[in-house]
This record gives sequence, C-alpha cells and structure tokens, in this order.
Amino acid sequence: MAEEMRIVLRNYGKIDPLKIDDYIAQGGYKSLEKARSMDKKALMDEVKKSNLRGRGGAGFNCGMKWSFAASAQADQKYVVCNADEGEPGTYKDRLIMEGDPHTLIEGMAVCAYAIGATKGYIYLRGEYLFLVETLETAIAQAKEKGFLKDFDLEVRSGAGAYVCGEETALIESIEGKRGEPRFKPPYPPNEGLWSKPTIVNNVETYANIPVILEKGADWYAGIGVASYPGTKVLTLTGDVVNRTFFEVPTDTTIRDVVFTFGGGVRDGKRFKAVQIGGTSGAFIPESLLDTRVAFDDMNAIGATLGSGATFVMDETRDIVDVVTRIMKFFEHESCGKCTPCREGTARMHELMEKINEGQGSDKDTALLNKLGNVMTYSCLCGLGQASPAPALTTIKHFAADYQAKMK
Amino acid sequence: MSYKEIIAKYADKPGGIIEAYHAIQREMSYLPIEAVGETAEVFKVPVSQAYGVATFYSMFSVKARGKNIIRLCESAPCHVAGAEEVLAALEKELGIKVGESTADGKFALELSECVGQCQATPVLTVNGKPYFEVSPAKLTGILAEYK
Ligand SMILES: Cc1cc2nc3c(=O)[nH]c(=O)nc-3n(C[C@H](O)[C@H](O)[C@H](O)COP(=O)(O)O)c2cc1C
Ligand code: SF4
Ligand code: FES
Repeated sequence: MAEEMRIVLRNYGKIDPLKIDDYIAQGGYKSLEKARSMDKKALMDEVKKSNLRGRGGAGFNCGMKWSFAASAQADQKYVVCNADEGEPGTYKDRLIMEGDPHTLIEGMAVCAYAIGATKGYIYLRGEYLFLVETLETAIAQAKEKGFLKDFDLEVRSGAGAYVCGEETALIESIEGKRGEPRFKPPYPPNEGLWSKPTIVNNVETYANIPVILEKGADWYAGIGVASYPGTKVLTLTGDVVNRTFFEVPTDTTIRDVVFTFGGGVRDGKRFKAVQIGGTSGAFIPESLLDTRVAFDDMNAIGATLGSGATFVMDETRDIVDVVTRIMKFFEHESCGKCTPCREGTARMHELMEKINEGQGSDKDTALLNKLGNVMTYSCLCGLGQASPAPALTTIKHFAADYQAKMK
Repeated sequence: MSYKEIIAKYADKPGGIIEAYHAIQREMSYLPIEAVGETAEVFKVPVSQAYGVATFYSMFSVKARGKNIIRLCESAPCHVAGAEEVLAALEKELGIKVGESTADGKFALELSECVGQCQATPVLTVNGKPYFEVSPAKLTGILAEYK
C-alpha cells in the first residue's frame, strides 16, 4: 500500500518551530556545516546528482540552476525564496514555514555558500503576513548561533498579486515595482534582482536540501520516480473525505492520492474529475488516475504537477461553471503586459460565460480551442501560457458536459 | 503615526515601497493619494510609478475604505465548501455589498482568491487574520471582535 514519506515535513508538528535548539537536536544545521566543508563544485554536483527538481512548478534541476549563478561573475549575488504560494488550493509552503522555518533557512544558506551570495530574500505572499514574525525570529536565532556567518536574510512581503509567483515578476516586486514579468532571457541566474545573478527557488525545493546533504544524493535519487525523485507535498481540497495534506514519494498514483490518502469522494458520491496543480491545472478524468504524481508523467497526459494542489470534484459538480469561474480568475490576474494574455483571457472568459449561460454552440468550443492553443505558445509568461489548460482539457475529457449546455 | 513618519522609516530599504504601503495600510486601512505622492518623493521615483504600484496589488486600495477589511476567499475549494452562502450572510449582516464599506466606517467587504488556508474551507480574513470553516452562524461572533 502507498505510504506517506516525510522529507520536507520531517519535523512538522514534532518540534517547536520557534526553538532553534529543537531543530538542532534533530540534526539541524549539520548539513550547512557539511556543505561549507565541501568544495563548492562538489557540493553543486551532489545537488545535481540528487536530481532534485524545482517544486514551484517548472521542475528545473536545482543543482544545475545553482551552477549557472555560481559561474556568473558579479560583485553581488542573491538567493531568493519564492514563498508567494498563490496557486489556489495550495498551502504546502505555509506548512513548512510555519512548522519548520529553519529547514528553509538552512537550505537557503547552503545555496548562498554554493553560489557565493551574501544576501537573501524570502518573498512571502501578503496573505501570510502573520508568518513574518516566525521567519524573522528564526533568522535572528540562526544569526545569533553563528550559522549564517556573512549571509544576510530578509523577509519581503507581496501584496496579493498571483502573477508575482512568476520568478521575474517576483524580482520586480522585491525591487518595489509592479509585478510584471520580464522578457527572458536573460534568466535570473545570470541577471536577476537588481540585474545581479539570482537564484529563485521554491520553499519546498530549499527544504529538501538539508536532507539531501545529510543522507546523500544517491539516497534521494532512489526515492519515487527516477526522472523526478523525492517526495511531493499534496494538498487535498474539494469533494474529498480527507481535506488535508500528505507528503508522498513521486511514484504514488493520483488514484492512491484521491482514494487511499484522500479517503475517496465525500458523501458516498461518485468521482468526476480532479484538477491538479492549481487553477491552471488540467482536469483529469477517471481513466487517467493511474498516472504518477511526477513531473514528466503528468506532462505526458497533458497535465501538470504544478504546486501539488489537488482539487477533487464529485459527479454533481458543474464542470463548465467551474471552468468559467477559473477564466474569470485569469482575466483578473493577467498583468496586462502582453496582448495574447490580456485579450485572450478576457475572450476566453467571455466565451465560457456564453456557453455556461446556455447560449453557446460547437463553434464556441472550436474558438476556445484555437485561441487557447495560440495563447499556449504566444503568451509572455507561464500565467498566460497555462491559463487555457482548464478549458482545453475539459473540452477534451468532458465533452458531454459542454454538449449538455449547448443551445 | 502620520504617513510621513511611516514612509520615512522605510526610506533606506531598497525597493521598500511595498513594505511602506503595508505599514501605511496597517495604520489607516488604505493609501491616501498624498501618501502615494510622498512615497514617490522619498523613494525618488516618478509619482506615476508609485501610483502604479499602489494600484497593481489587490491588497492595496487608493480609495478610502472601512477600518477592518473583511476578505472572503472565492477560489474553487472555498466556493464548493459554501463560500457563497457566507457571502450572502455577510452582506446581510453588514448591510452592504462586496466592494463597499459600512456607513460607520468600521468594515470593508471584499472578495479574495485563495489565502492558503484550504484545510479549513470556507475561509475569510479580517485584517489578514484567517477564520476557518466559517458559516453564516459564526459571523456575528467574528464581527463582534472588531466592534
Ligand atoms: C503565474 C505563475 C505563478 C507562479 N507561482 C509560483 C509560486 O507561487 N511559487 C513558486 O515557487 N513558483 C511559482 N511559479 C514558478 C516560478 O516562476 C519559478 O519557476 C519557481 O519559483 C522556481 O523555483 P523552483 O525551481 O524551486 O521550482 C509561478 C510561475 C508562474 C508563471
Ligand atoms: S502572459 Fe499574462 S501575466 Fe504573463 S506577462 Fe503576459 S499579460 Fe502578464
Ligand atoms: S481556497 Fe480558500 S483558502 Fe484556499
């Protein structure tokens, strides 16, 4: 049977997050010490070899990203943590920061040593202002114990803009500007915050680092699916019995997540769909539930793992209505910088409304498909590129729901 | 503290405009236009940029609003857990619609997207403090904390 495995949440609920001695008693900050005793290249090779890939959605090899920033020449480099966690249905990063802030700080300090940075920022979403104190206390404790050495770490707050989770928009926001994504390249490891080499990683990504260094890259690479090893924290919401969170190895199937961990559908109803990865995630039908919750496995079925948000819908849910609301979300959250997204999200919302109100026809779904495909490859950032997915995947997998609403 | 004093505290923070705005809003719940102008001056950016920042982020408001900001999450997980009934009850209880403030200036009612507390839906926040598994029956008690 599928079992939970806790790596990033290893200390969650077990230690007092505000007592650094609790963390140290669990072996905390030993990995940082070990990292600093290693040659920087060997350290990054170890992280690379673990095949840890970003947990924020894009799935880039973490050690590889670090090595780009390490080889960039600059008088200042930055380590940034993406704690914007704006994807609806996601709260995993909050769990880590709330329950074990030092694992994040340790992971960031390892990165700072590896790339040669002396300054770091935790960009915390505005909805988590109550966590500022926890993080600042933890940082002060780590400083006082001498673990941070010359690494200066600061918390900065977002203010309620979903697009600021996109790494270049996030950088703009730390610089005190509107959170509009930048054109890439240059990528942040070469030119990021204040045009200096910058590593942006997700909270969950950093939280893996201390354990990888403690137990070794080979150990980590052997957990779950080889192409996306380790664990993933999933947060279950919607019509599922256990509306809670789990950390599971990446070779766990969606079916196990929903039915074993989640306890199945609520109120004795039947399963209809599950949306994974947040608002822009694909809607996955019953027939694809044996897919593993690993990056490439999800991509292979036209879905994404994203943040790991897992939203379950029972047979009574009106899929077309849910998707219409999602398109309203994207119209609202589009930053407006590029035309395909600014116009596209508005038009897609309009078309979905029309269908949802019973005024649509097959022509409209065809238009949605066409527009959605154009947006997928022409939008500047991931927000616009991924926004058509809910419409496109439901038109494909839940055609009957659309037909039922046609005039 | 006046907004001038607040802004001055953040003047040395590179990119600290957003932090300054949060601090002003903690004091006065919105960003008066004069405060935006002052911010531009202190951070040495054009007023258009300071205003652009103030209007980009959904937690900031350049319009005056009630002292205690109630935000109800309307993302899908909260929606299916009954956020709509909570909204109807809130509007009734406060006697205002979403986007408005009460006549006594005590409350502003807004919608938000997910606030990252989806283990206990539906969720609303008052001045950023989350309340869990809210139902119409719980509203009177929650509001009483701010009266
Ligand atoms: C619209 C949008 C929103 C995003 N939101 C987040 C977020 O909330 N948290 C996050 O870690 N990454 C988010 N990302 C991904 C980041 O751009 C980036 O890939 C990530 O922070 C890199 O860290 P990782 O390699 O550790 O995953 C978002 C991307 C897009 C396009
Ligand atoms: S795709 Fe959308 S959110 Fe991204 S830059 Fe373009 S308009 Fe902004
Ligand atoms: S969906 Fe409402 S708090 Fe996350």
